[in-house]
Parts: sequence; C-alpha cells; structure tokens
Amino acid sequence: MKLRQLALAAAVAAAGLSSALLPTVATAQAKEQFFPVLVYRTGAYAPNGVPFANGYVDYLKLVNERGGINGVKISFEECETGYATDRGVECYERLKGKGATVFQPLSTGITFALTEKAPADKIPLITAGYGRSESQDGGVFKWNFPIAGTYWVAGDVIVQHIIKKEGGADKLKGKHIALVYHDSPFGKEAIPILQERAAMHGFKLSLLPVTHPGVEQKSTWLQIRRDRPDYVVNWGWGVMNSTLIKEAQATGYPRDKIYGVWWAGAEPDVKDIGEGAKGYNAITMQHGAEPNADFVKEILSKVHGKGQGTGPKDEVGQVLYVRGAMSAMLGVEGVRQAQERFGKGKVMTGEQVRWGLENLNLTQAKLDALGFKGVLRPISTSCQDHMGSAWARIHTWNGSKWEFSSDWYQADEMIIKPMVKTAADKYAAEKKLSRRTPADCQS
Amino acid sequence: MFYRENGQFKTSYQADQQIFPITQDRWAILAIIAFAAIGVPLLVDEYFYRAILIPFLILSLAALGVNILVGYCGQISLGSGAFMAVGAYMAYNTYVRVDGMPLIVALLAGGFFATLVGLVFGIPSLRVKGLYLAVATLAAQFFCDWAFLRIGWFTNNNASGSVSVSNLNVLGWTIDTPLEKYLFCLGFLVVFGLLAKNLVRSAIGREWMAIRDMDVAAAVIGIRPMYAKLSAFAVSSFIVGVAGALWGFVHLGSWEPAAFSIDRSFQLLFMVIIGGMGSIMGSFFGAAFIVVLPIFLNQVLPALGTLVGVDISTATVSHTEYMIFGALIVWFLIVEPHGLAKLWSIGKQKLRLWPFPH
Amino acid sequence: MAFFLETLFGGLMAGMLYSLVALGFVLIFKASGVFNFAQGAMVLVAALSMARFSEWLPLWLGFESKVLANVLGFAASVVFMFLLAWLVERLVLRHLVNQEGVTLLMATLGITYFIDGFGQTLFGSDIYKIDVGMPKDPVFILDGVFEGGVLVNQEDVVAALIAAVLVAALSLFFQKTSTGRALRAVADDHQAAQSIGIPLNRIWVIVWCVAGITALVAGIIWGSKLGVQFSLTTVALRALPVIILGGLTSVPGAIIGGLIIGVGEKLSEVYIGPLVGGGIEIWFAYMLALVFLLFRPQGLFGEKIIDRV
Repeated sequence: MKLRQLALAAAVAAAGLSSALLPTVATAQAKEQFFPVLVYRTGAYAPNGVPFANGYVDYLKLVNERGGINGVKISFEECETGYATDRGVECYERLKGKGATVFQPLSTGITFALTEKAPADKIPLITAGYGRSESQDGGVFKWNFPIAGTYWVAGDVIVQHIIKKEGGADKLKGKHIALVYHDSPFGKEAIPILQERAAMHGFKLSLLPVTHPGVEQKSTWLQIRRDRPDYVVNWGWGVMNSTLIKEAQATGYPRDKIYGVWWAGAEPDVKDIGEGAKGYNAITMQHGAEPNADFVKEILSKVHGKGQGTGPKDEVGQVLYVRGAMSAMLGVEGVRQAQERFGKGKVMTGEQVRWGLENLNLTQAKLDALGFKGVLRPISTSCQDHMGSAWARIHTWNGSKWEFSSDWYQADEMIIKPMVKTAADKYAAEKKLSRRTPADCQS
Repeated sequence: MFYRENGQFKTSYQADQQIFPITQDRWAILAIIAFAAIGVPLLVDEYFYRAILIPFLILSLAALGVNILVGYCGQISLGSGAFMAVGAYMAYNTYVRVDGMPLIVALLAGGFFATLVGLVFGIPSLRVKGLYLAVATLAAQFFCDWAFLRIGWFTNNNASGSVSVSNLNVLGWTIDTPLEKYLFCLGFLVVFGLLAKNLVRSAIGREWMAIRDMDVAAAVIGIRPMYAKLSAFAVSSFIVGVAGALWGFVHLGSWEPAAFSIDRSFQLLFMVIIGGMGSIMGSFFGAAFIVVLPIFLNQVLPALGTLVGVDISTATVSHTEYMIFGALIVWFLIVEPHGLAKLWSIGKQKLRLWPFPH
Repeated sequence: MAFFLETLFGGLMAGMLYSLVALGFVLIFKASGVFNFAQGAMVLVAALSMARFSEWLPLWLGFESKVLANVLGFAASVVFMFLLAWLVERLVLRHLVNQEGVTLLMATLGITYFIDGFGQTLFGSDIYKIDVGMPKDPVFILDGVFEGGVLVNQEDVVAALIAAVLVAALSLFFQKTSTGRALRAVADDHQAAQSIGIPLNRIWVIVWCVAGITALVAGIIWGSKLGVQFSLTTVALRALPVIILGGLTSVPGAIIGGLIIGVGEKLSEVYIGPLVGGGIEIWFAYMLALVFLLFRPQGLFGEKIIDRV
C-alpha cells in the first residue's frame, strides 16, 4: 500500500514537473519556409479529412523535390484538430511561433475563430472553398483568402445548373428545392444565397437541418418523402454525406436529383454505396477526380516512387486529395509571388505572403507548368477580391467513378457581390473596423 | 516539524473560524496568489498563456461550479456544457445589444441567465435522483445545443450562427495581450474561489452535504430538499455560466454552439472526479490535469517515437492520447477514487510529522 | 393518413434499433449495477471488428465466399468482444467493487475513451462497409388502400426482426438456464448471491460478454445501415432516453421505451419540427423521457428505489 502511494506521489510530481518544463517552442530553421498543416485524421470527419491532408502534404513534398520555392525548401508540421474549434486554436497557438507562413484550417468553425486572431499575429488564412463567404471582400478581410470559391459561389452555380436542366429560369417558378444541411456555421452558409435565388425565381426552398454528426436522417427523409421536392441540395460533410445517399436510396428518392456542395462530392461519400449512389451529382470547385493530371503523375513518380508518399497510392488523384494538393499549391504560389517583390530565394514572413496572396496571378500557362493543366482555370486575386475565380462544374458518380457532367459555370457576381458587401460591412461595423484605403492596398 | 499548528492559539471566534486557520496555509495561499499574479508573468511565454494558463483558469472556475453541484450536493449533472453555453451567449447578447455595457457586468449577466436556466433544468432533481438525474440533465445539454443553433436572436441574427467579440476593456484598461487576459481570468478565479470556499463552509454548504450524504435523513431533520437542491443548481450554474462567458470572450474570441457540446460536459465532470469531489482544491487539480495532459502527450509522444525510431503520425498520437487519457482516468479511479485532492491532503498529513517518523 | 403510417412505421423501426443498444446498458446494469457509458464505444468497436475481420479474413485465409467471410468475421468478433469483456472485468471492475455509482460511471467513461482510441488504432478511422446482405431498396405496402402505398424500409424490418429474436433469446437465457438464474440473483443482491456461492467475477465476465454480443448485433445492424465509422458512438446517446424511460433494470422496459421514443422522435420531428425550424428530435426524446420520469421516477418498468435512512 505504502509503495503504491509513494509511486502515485512520484507520478504526480513527475507530471507536474515535466509539464512545467514543456519543451519551448522551437524556432524554424532560418532557411526553410514553415508550413503548419492543420488536419483531422481522427473523429467523425476523418474519412474526408485524411485524403485532403495527404494531398496537402504530398504536394509540399513535391515542391521540395522540384527544388523548393526558388531554392527555399519547405518544412511542415501536422497538428491534429479533430474538427474541434478549441483544438484548432491550440494548434494555431503552438505552430504560429515557428514562423508559420499560412494557415488552412479546413473547418469553418476554426476559420471563424482564427479570423479574429490572425490579423493580430499577421499570418494569412487561406480558406479555399470554405470559411466565411463574405471574406471574399478583401477591403474588410485583409487576412482571409477564400481563393477559388466560396459557399455562395457554390450555391449560385448549383441553381444555375438546375435552371439549365429545367430549361430556363422561368421554369423554376413553383418548383420545390430542399436544402439538407449540416447544422453548423458550415451548413448555414448555404441559406442566404439559396434564399436570394428563391426570391428571384419563385421556387420554394425548404430548410432541413441535420444535427452533427449527421447519422440520423430518417425524419429528414420522411419529410422529403412527404413533400417530394424536385431537387435536394446536400450541404454536408463527413459521414452525413454517405448517410444521406443511403437514406435517399432507402426512401426511393432518385439520386440524380440530388446535388451536393463540393465538400459533399468525393469518393469516401459514395464508394461504399457503389451502384446505389449512381447518378448522385455534386458541384466541383473547378477540379474533380483527376487521376490523369500532370501533377498527379509527378507526385506518383517523385514522391510515392521514392517511398515518401503520405497515404495509400490509390488515393492519389481522388477528389479530396486533389483539393488538398490544390490548397497547398495556392499557399506555395503565394510565397512565390511574395518572393517576386521581397526577394527571391529568401524566407518570407506572414505579412509578405499576405501581399503575395493578394497579388496572385496564376495564368493558364503558369498553372499548366505547375501540372494543373485541364484541372484549374486562371486565378487572379486583388486587394478587393480575395477569391480570384468563380468557376465551377458539376460532376456525377457513375457507380464507380466521378465524371464531369456539365460545362463550366461562372457564379453570378451581380447577385453575390451585393450580398458580400452587405455582410462585410456588417462585420466591419461590429468590429469597428474601417475599409482599407487604396494606400493600404499597395503595401 | 515545520507544518504544524503548535503554538498557534486563537483568541477570537473570528480567528478560529477563518478559512485557513494554520498560519503556514495562509502564507502559502498568499504566496501562490502572488506568484500567479507576479511571478508567472515573468517566466512564461505567450504560447503558455494562450494554450495552458488561460484555459486552465477558466476551466478551474467551471470545475468549481460543477464541483459544488456534483461534489458538495451530490446531484450528478451532465449538462454543464449547456450552462456554459447559456453564460457565453447571454453575456454576448448583453454586451452587444446594450451600448456601453461594461464587460464585467455582461459576464455576470451571462452567469445570471445561466442561473435561471439551471433552476429550470434543476427541477427534475426534486423528483429524480442518481443516474436518472444525470441523463435528465442531458436534456438541458441537447436543448441548449439546438436552441443556440436555431433561434437567431441568440446569435444576433448572424447568418452563420457563429458569434465573436473583440475590443474587450474594463474601465479603459484594454484586455488584448495574453498577459492581460491571464490577469483578468485570475482575478475572476480568485474572487469566485473565495466565494465558493466560504459558501461551502456555511450553513447552506452543510445543507448541500447533508443532502448528498443522506437526503431522506436530511429532510427528516428539517433541511428543505427543494431549497437545498435548487440553490445548489443556482450557484453552480452561475459560476459555470460566468466561466462559459469567459471561455467565449477571453479564450476563444469567436465561437459556435459546438464549443460547448457534450464533450465539454464530460470534460468538466472528469475534472471534478479526478480532482476530487467535494473539494475546492480538487477542482484546480482536476482542471490542471485535464488541460495539461493532452498537450503534454502531444509533445512527448512524438519525441518518444523519434527516440525509438518510429515515425508516429498525428492520428496515432491522437489515438494514443485517447487511450492514455482513458487508462489514466480508470487508474486514478482505482487507486484514489477521492481524487487528487485526497492525495494532497494525505501529503499534508504526512507533512505535519515530517521529518519525524511519528 | 398514409404518410402518418409511414412515419409511425419509421418511428417503430428506429425505436427497435435504439432498443438494441439500450439492451446492452440494461444487461450490464441489471447484473452489476454499473451504468456502462462505454456501450456506445463497444457498439463501434464491435462493428469495426466485424467490418475489418470480414474484410481481412478472406485475404489472410485465401477464400472468396462472402457468406463465409461474414460468418467467420462474426465468429472472430465474438471472440474479440469476449476478450474485451474479460479484460475490462479483470483490469477495471474487479478493483472498483464497492465504489459508488458515480465512480463506476466515470470508470466506464474512461473505458470509452480507451476503446475509442484502441479501436481506431487497431482498425482505422475510415468509413468501413458491413455487407450482410441486407436489402437496401424500399418496399411499398398497402398499395390498394393508399395511393402510392406506404413506404416500408426493408432493412429496418429485418433489423427489427433480428432485435426481436435477440430479445427472445435473451429472455430464454435469463429464465431457463442456470447461468441466467445466477445472473438474476446477482442483479438482485450481490452479497446474497455471493454468500450462496455464485462466483461474482465470472458472472460479471459473462454479463459483459452478453452485452458485448448485443453490442455486436447492434453494431452490425447500425453499421450495415450507416457504414461503420467513429460517429457510431453517438448512437449510445440516442439510446439513453430509452433507458431512463423504460427503467435501468428492465429488458421489456428497454423495448417498450425504445418504441415510444422512436415514435415520439419521428412524429415530433416531422410534425412539430417544421414549425420551429427542425432538428428537434434529440432533445424532444429527452424531454419526453423526462416527462415520463416526473410521473414514475424510476422509469416505466424500473424497480422502485427504496431508500433506507
């Protein structure tokens, strides 16, 4: 008994001492560009988080294989957030001291929290395809970059596609579209744009929230069965997506009438269902599953070929893998652009990278050279427009893989811009910020 | 030999009834508070504040509240996350909707509304007890989860349902550096800690403990169960609500209902159990354990891995964290079910004799 | 009217699935007085082991037959759950014999965390498939009476039948076998049972095993419906109102409670939900259970708690 108590006391003392002597945050190598990688490889959203993380890290390794960014090598460190805001904040605090270049939280919740902290710490946030839709307005959101697409772009393009399918905007009048959304800030982002479009075209929009994590959708689909909407828009993430398609199958709702957001249209959502999900559509943020892209082949030979691959080989080229690689590419190109102004071959600070991200000019030639030929269209950001591109397409699951099933659409800025401005102004008023001056745009 | 009451004679009732009758204790507590206020700021860096100290302070406050309900009054509650959420959102609404509202008043208002909600969800405790009550309080948790997502008023009709606060200041003193936030939370914790300690030493505290130990017997000797139980819920919810408001305002800055989910409730309950139920000191120990352990594991495990030559992925680290966390909780409960506070008091007992054997 | 029937059926089926999970809670509580919060994690780890073993065994042993894979996978999972039960009893329960309810509850919470981490380390955190041949497409009955027919989910019906069979088997086990009798004796009074020579430790291992197998069946059914992934642990939270409604110590209570909660949830979500924006089913289930509790504090079929002063 005594020994046990002694051992216990010793353990407690050791824990106390060692926690006081926690290793202090090491500074990054002076010669390397440090990329913090916020991932979730565990938890309810892991099936979708893992391929994204693997794509992100593999691309960073590829850049190193290609010689770094004008000679500057990249170092990176993963931090597990589990899609939880407080863990994301803790990861941010831990990694920012190492000279973090840019943060990409891959979670709307964490994005909201970091939007408050990043300006003070002068580290830019890239939220490619998620985050606050109004952060497209660089005049208010100096440090947020929702490059290549926001939720309002996605919602708008989905409606445009439906209009095309119906044969004209006037045919939408009287139709019924149901939005099944993840009950969180991520899911709710869909509501404003769809309500705007519903008011414009006269279709009925019903809102059906699904509580996290989204495995319980029986009542949702009972209601859909009763109301028989013409289309269902799926704004889900993680296991909610596969559950949705399974419930649709179980209630006999035609899968080809379901349109998912670009976070609800990837292999983990459909591969277990296989034929049962055939016909399910989703919008893509320009890219879909790209097994034949040049950069994919490069990764397979230069990274996986050397045994440095982060995940399994057959994951390379899948939808979320490409999304991760693309997000990493945007960060790297931001650094490259910053080097153009602040010194090639030097390590860039967060502020300098912010300028770089604000002045991105990824022409088709540049994208092709990077290996994204046929995958992405040109992206060009500016002080007022942190999004840089508003193109999207629809792809459909044919039972065994994703295939593009539409032309390119461009989101209607006439609708989105006023919404963005109103929301950004509201944010600025709440935070007592003022719009950036033209002089500030030059810095 | 050094830690003893020999020679400390009390000459007044006031001296006899003080919180820390032993002089060494009094000096020790004053020293700890002084160290916390002056010494710590000189020693630690920003990361330590933001990731360890501030969460520790706020969660100790919350654990204090939960300990009053679960440890002192014996009503198991799994809805503490909901009360934190109520505190945070109502403090937000008070702060944002009323122009010029002082920060401290807003935080206390959050606590007040949390009290009201706590009273409502405490009513089942009059009829139900034990595990049934625990599950009944989950109703509070899920209801609040839903209410803050659905009812736009709480989030100031924000489209996304996520709220944020900034520009905190108290009478002109802006609170934006980590040091200032730390001192602000420390102030709250010291005040509430003192209040809680005095409360549990008083008549109402004794009533709570009587209800916890034998509620039927307590009713027989004249303690009104309704008053005792509901007051425990009220006080506990107030403290937890203020802690929730602090969590949202000071630590997170911007939050959504998922920040106060059922995992938070379980976390608070863990803190109380591991720290020691029915002990004010225990809340602090429990909070320190729960806050520091994941971060500690996160740093140590990859280091250990590289020592052994194994490259551990973040997923493995996360899973191992869970396993070690679970195993440690079970181990603690087996070895010392009364928690770290009991170990502390055993230590103090030994200190009375040391260095003598008996 | 047709839609109301559909909702009713849907609710009853969902209720049966909740009862399956609730059964595990009730079994353990009846026999050892431990409120096993780890039941959700056990459902998850059982489903994971079934999914992965039925995937791995064909690779290891080199055969093709799906049916054989499932059968062997099931057998392997049963062994796995047995090992888990034995370990839990040995390492945790034995040392916590006379502790209060809250301590045991917290210990099971600790076990939950451990099983979560351990299961995912062993089996992975992706979504895995369980394919036991459940029918996926809906069937429409009462075509003649109602236009379009009433939709009935075949998978749910099969699940409900399996649940019914399981309950029947358990009832037979408890009533007719000597082990079952011993279990009931232990549930009644630990000390008395011990004094007449019933080996408590072995009984607890058996109880956790049975609960583990119940968790396995529940896990297979839920996993077949939704895919096996970490979020399955949240199913346990849906089953809690069932237990408090039915009573912590009653097997029929778990079934009846499950049906009531299932129907209540679906009806509330479909009819009241739209009025308040939706998403109310979880807390409505809890509120429903709470209301029942106010009239019968120990649940519909639970034992009356007699306090001695």
